[in-house]
Amino acid sequence: MGKRVGMEVSIAAAEAVKQANVDVISAYPITPQTHVVEHLSELVANGELDAEFFCVESEHSALSVCLGSSATGARSFTCTSSQGLALMSEITYIASALRLPIVMIIANRTLSAPINIWNDHSDVMSIRDCGWVQFFAENGQDVYDHVFIAYRLGEDRNVLLPVIINMDGFTLSHVIEPIELIDQEKIDQFLPPYKPVLSLHPDRPVTMGGIALPGIFTETKKAQEVAIRSSMPKILETWKAFGEMTGRYYHPIETYKAEDAETLLVTMGSFGETASAAVDKMREEGRSVGLMKIRLWRPFPFDAFKTASLNAKQLVVIDRAISVGACGPVASELKAALYEGHQRPSIYNFIAGLGGRDVAPSDFVKMVDKAEIEIEEGNKEGFEIYGVRE
Amino acid sequence: MTKPELEWTWKELPIGTTMLEPGNSDQYRTGDWKTLKPVLNKELCIHCGLCYIFCPDMSYNLSEAGYFIVDLFYCKGCGICAKECPTGAITMVLEEEEK
Repeated sequence: MGKRVGMEVSIAAAEAVKQANVDVISAYPITPQTHVVEHLSELVANGELDAEFFCVESEHSALSVCLGSSATGARSFTCTSSQGLALMSEITYIASALRLPIVMIIANRTLSAPINIWNDHSDVMSIRDCGWVQFFAENGQDVYDHVFIAYRLGEDRNVLLPVIINMDGFTLSHVIEPIELIDQEKIDQFLPPYKPVLSLHPDRPVTMGGIALPGIFTETKKAQEVAIRSSMPKILETWKAFGEMTGRYYHPIETYKAEDAETLLVTMGSFGETASAAVDKMREEGRSVGLMKIRLWRPFPFDAFKTASLNAKQLVVIDRAISVGACGPVASELKAALYEGHQRPSIYNFIAGLGGRDVAPSDFVKMVDKAEIEIEEGNKEGFEIYGVRE
Repeated sequence: MTKPELEWTWKELPIGTTMLEPGNSDQYRTGDWKTLKPVLNKELCIHCGLCYIFCPDMSYNLSEAGYFIVDLFYCKGCGICAKECPTGAITMVLEEEEK
C-alpha cells in the first residue's frame, strides 16, 4: 500500500507526472490549470524531475512542442484549460492523426463569452472529435491514477494515441483530497520506458505530417478511426492491470445502486460524487433511483452503456456543457447509442453547473423529480437548462 | 519503394501516415493539374535556359541535344516559361487540342 496523504489535486496530478518520469513538459499558464504546471516547473527547477520544461508563448505552441518531442520518442506532457484549449485545438487533431502518445490534463473551464474562469465541460466538448482517448475523472485519486494509465495505454504499440484526462476546474483542481500515492517501484513496473515504433532520428529519416491528396486522405482517416476503436480492449486491459496493482478498478461506465433502478442519473466528471449522495438520499426514501457515471468519453463505450441502461425506464442525463441550438453533448450521444434498441429508456436532459454554478445533492433530487413528472406527462425527450432565474 | 497513392489501402499505411522514404514526392504526378502545356519551337530556341531557371516546379531538364525539355509528368502548366522565353520559342497550347 502506498502512502495516503492530504494533497491539492493539482499537486497530486503534478506528482503523478513526475512519477511517470516524463521527459518534456510544455505549457502556458491559464486558470485553473496553473497549479499543475507551476508545481511541475518547481520540480524541474529543484532537480527533482529530470525533464525539459518549455515555457512557450501560447497553448498552440505548447502542444506543438509536445508534437515535436513526442515524435522523437520523448514522453511528453501538457496541461491547459478553456481558452487555452481553444487556441490549442488545431494541434490536438494533428497529435492524434500523427499517433503521438502525448498526455494532457485539462482542468475543465468554460469558454468565453462572457469571461468566466470556472468549471464546466464546454472546453473539452469543443474538441470532442479530435481523436484523443478521453477520460473524465470523478475525484483527485482518479486524476492521479489516470496519469499512469494514460501513458501506459497511449504508448502501447497497439494503441499509440494521445490521451486527455479531464479534471473539473476548481471543483477538483483546487481542492485538497486524500490521495493514495503509489510507490515509485510499482510505477516503474507498471509503466515501462516509451519505445516508439517510428520516431524522428537523423539515422533513419522519415516525414511526419506530410500532405495527403484526396486520393489517400480517406484511407488515413479510416486507419485513425480503426486505431481509436480498437484501443477499447487495451483500455480495459490497462485498467485491469492497474486494478491488480492498486486495488482500484476503473470501468468505461461505472454505476452506483443502479442494478434495479427505474430512474438512472447519468453524469460525467466530478458530478458523480455529489450525485451519489443524492442517490443515497432518494434510496432512503424508497425511490428507485441509481447513478451511471461515464468515465470514458472517447472511444465511446457503446456496449457498456447499453448494458448499464438495459433495465432503466428513464435516464436523467446531466450535461455540463451545451451544444447551443441542439442539446447537451452527452445526451445527444446517448440518444444515438440507444436508437437501435427495442426497449429505449426515455431521456430527460438537464444542462447544469455551467460556468461554475454549484450543483448540490438537493439539485440532483430536484432534477429527478422534475424529469419523472415530465416523462410521466409524455415529455419523453425533454431538455432544459436547470436552475435558470425566470 | 513507395507506390502511387491510389494503390494504398488503409491497412498498409504506416502509423500516423508517416512517410518512411524521404523524397517520395517525385512519385506524385502533378502534371495532370494543367490545362495548358508548353510547346517548344526548337528553331527559335537559343538554349539560354531561362525556362529551366524560372520553372517553379523544376520540370525542365537539359537534353543531350542541348535543349531544355519540359517533363509533363510534373509540369502544372503555369506558363512562366513561355512568358520568360526571350525569343518566344515556347507557346502554351491547350492539352485537349493537342489530342
